[in-house]
Amino acid sequence: MYEFDWSSIPGALPFLWDGMKVTLVITFQAVLIGIVWGTLLAMMRLSPIKALSWFAAGYVNLFRAVPLVMVLLWFFLIVPEFVGQLFNIPRGTDMRLSSAMAGFALFESAYYSEIIRAGIQSVPKGQISAASALGMNYGQAMRLVVLPQAFRNMVPLLLTQGIILFQDTSLVYVSALADFFGAAYKVGDRDGRLVEMLLFAGVVYFVICFSASQLVKRLQKKYSTA
Amino acid sequence: MIKIANVSKHYGSFQVLTDCSTSVSKGEVIVVCGPSGSGKSTLIKCVNGLEPFQSGEITVDGTSVGDPKTNLSKLRARVGMVFQNFELFPHMSITENLAIAQVKVLGRKQDEAIDKGLKLLDRVGLKAQAHKFPGQLSGGQQQRVAIARALAMDPICMLFDEPTSALDPEMVNEVLDVMTELAKEGMTMMCVTHEMGFAKRVANRVIFMDQGRIVEDDSKEEFFANPRSERAQQFLAKILHH
Repeated sequence: MYEFDWSSIPGALPFLWDGMKVTLVITFQAVLIGIVWGTLLAMMRLSPIKALSWFAAGYVNLFRAVPLVMVLLWFFLIVPEFVGQLFNIPRGTDMRLSSAMAGFALFESAYYSEIIRAGIQSVPKGQISAASALGMNYGQAMRLVVLPQAFRNMVPLLLTQGIILFQDTSLVYVSALADFFGAAYKVGDRDGRLVEMLLFAGVVYFVICFSASQLVKRLQKKYSTA
Repeated sequence: MIKIANVSKHYGSFQVLTDCSTSVSKGEVIVVCGPSGSGKSTLIKCVNGLEPFQSGEITVDGTSVGDPKTNLSKLRARVGMVFQNFELFPHMSITENLAIAQVKVLGRKQDEAIDKGLKLLDRVGLKAQAHKFPGQLSGGQQQRVAIARALAMDPICMLFDEPTSALDPEMVNEVLDVMTELAKEGMTMMCVTHEMGFAKRVANRVIFMDQGRIVEDDSKEEFFANPRSERAQQFLAKILHH
C-alpha cells in the first residue's frame, strides 16, 4: 500500500503560486489576443474580399489541424532563433515565456475566430440592412450594430473556451517553463513526492475550472432570460 | 426624385426583375403591390442599393445607384427605409436607436440628435417609451419607432418594405396612420404594401407587379376602377372581397 505524504506541499506553496501566476498570465493574454485577433480573422473570413477570406480560412484551418503541443514546440525551438536574429537579441536570452504566449495567442485565435464567426452569423441579416439603410458603412455597421449583439450571444462560449485554454496552458511543460503544472512537477520530482504533487495540482485545476464553469452557467441563465 | 429605367436582376438563372421602369416625382406617394414573389420588395431594395441589379439604371435625386463611383452610404443616409421586421437595434434603447445614425453618419452632436429623435418620437405618439428597449415594445410601436428613426435623418424620400405585414391586425392602423400623416405632409414615398385601403386613401399612383415585371402603373383611380391586366383583376378580386 502506497503511503501518502503531503508534507512537501506547504513549503512549496510560494513556488507553486509563482507557477500559477505564469499560468494566469499566459491564459489572460491568450484570451485577450485570441479575441481581438480572432475577431479580425472572423471579419476577414466573412468579408467579400476573396484574398482576406482565403487568408483567414487558411490560417484557421492550419492551426486547427495541428496539435497545440507542436505549435508550442515550434515557437519554443524555431521562432526564437528567427526573432533573435531579427532584433539582435543576444543568444541565450530566456524567451520561453514570450514564445509560449505567442504560440498560445496565435493558436487560440483560430478557435476564437470560429466562435466569433458563428456569433456574427447569428445576428439577423436585416440588422446589417437596417444599419446600411441609415447610411452606415460596413465598418460602422459591424462595430456599432453587429458585433455588440454577436458578443452578447457569445459570452458563455468565449468564457468556456477561456477555461479550456487555462487547462491547456499546462502543455508549456514541453519548454520546461514553470507554470503551475510545471512547478508542481518540479517540486514533486525534487522531493520524490510526484504522486502527491500531481494529485494536488489536479485538485487545484479542478476546483478552479469547475467553479468557473458554474459561474458561466449562471451567467448564461441570466443572459438568456434577459 | 426616383427614376427607375429598364432595371433587370437575376440570381443565377432565376430572373427576379425584368425590364422595370417607373418614376416617382417629388411629393408623390406610390404604392407597389402584387402577389408574393413578384419582385416588389427586391425592386424597392434596389432603389437604395441594398440589392444590386445587373442592368438598367436607377437614379435618386440625380445620383446613379448602380454606378460603382457612387458613395452608396452617403446616398442611403438621405433615403429613409422602413423594413417588414422593424430592425430596430435590440441592444440599444429607443433613444439610442434614434440618435446613433444621426451622430455617427451625419456628425450631429449627441444632445442635438437626442432632441431631434425625441421630437419625432413624440410625433409618432411614443414619447413615454424613450428609455425602453425595442424588446419591450409591441410590434406596432417598434415600427413607429423605426419610422421615426428614418425620419431623424431628414430623408428626401422614404421607402417602405411591407411595413405592416409582420404586425398583428389590431396594430396595423397605428402604423398606417403615421404613414398617412407623413404622406399628407408632402413626403415622397414608395410603399410596398398589401393595404389597399391605404393605397386608396393616400396613393397618387399604384404599381402592380407580377413575376418580376411591372404590369400596371396607373393613377389609383384608374387602377381600382378598371385594372387592365387580368392578373391585376384577379389580385384585386382576392384582396378586396374579404
